[in-house]
Amino acid sequence: MIFVTVGGQLAFDRLVLATDAWARARNHDSVFAQVGHCQEPPGFIAWQQFLTRSEFTEKMREADIVVAHAGMGTILTALHLGKRIVVMPRRAHLGEHRNDHQWATVSRLPAHLGVQVARDAEELAAKLDSPEKLPHASAGSSPERSRLIAYLRTFVSS
Amino acid sequence: MSQSGSRKILAVASAGGHWQQLMQLRDAFADQDTVFVSTHADNAQDVPHNKLRVVTDSNRHRPALLAKTTAEVLWCVLRERPDVVISTGAAPGLLAIVFGRVIGAKTVWVDSIANAEEVSLSGRLAVRVAGRSLTQWAHLAKPGGPEYQGSIL
Repeated sequence: MIFVTVGGQLAFDRLVLATDAWARARNHDSVFAQVGHCQEPPGFIAWQQFLTRSEFTEKMREADIVVAHAGMGTILTALHLGKRIVVMPRRAHLGEHRNDHQWATVSRLPAHLGVQVARDAEELAAKLDSPEKLPHASAGSSPERSRLIAYLRTFVSS
Repeated sequence: MSQSGSRKILAVASAGGHWQQLMQLRDAFADQDTVFVSTHADNAQDVPHNKLRVVTDSNRHRPALLAKTTAEVLWCVLRERPDVVISTGAAPGLLAIVFGRVIGAKTVWVDSIANAEEVSLSGRLAVRVAGRSLTQWAHLAKPGGPEYQGSIL
């Protein structure tokens, strides 16, 4: 199952339409999209506007591939679950967000995490057409996280 | 304030990515008496052994709502009387740090990993208000704050 999510706050019709068009062209019948307040619901793939926390976690767990806006919460969940994930950043100039921080996020994400980035419908289709090339995203043992936790532990207890 | 060896911690994070990051850091205070504050009751599922207080989600673009959040956060701080306030953002966390400081708590702000190009406005304010202010991107650290001391990735 391919799980598409635009997050809980803003619509992201470009991502939904791109995935819908790809699924229709490939006749891929196992796509589910959380579409938010989209202008026009997708015509081919299954969809729902919003999911509860548990429904969202369930879909993330079930998914073979996650296609998502570049929201940090979704990315962190995918890393935690070791999912194959392709993210598309919202762009300010397309009116998708008030600034370009999703673009900045994906530019700075360390490559070793395995999070895939698709900037447009074409790149998304290319990623989805070769699922065997998508790695399972993971933060690994992360020395930087251990460092931050140790710092905070010292701060809290001193 | 707590009487035995353990500290009373108020750990604050808005629902979503901020909360996710707080959960990634919880080992730092897992053995202390921690009360969590967030903007969505669903987050209680992640902290079944701790109290979760829920406050209204808001930001500086919604002043009326922010006023409500401010009152609710003040109430949390006064009721819980933490020794330490830690937040991964966003606005409710900054408010908790401001009020925490007023009651003499130690305070630490951890700017979101999502702020990869620039520290958030709350983060910049936190540099002036919090005892410690951290960024999760080394290139954003500055003398005088925020500091880089690791990241969740």
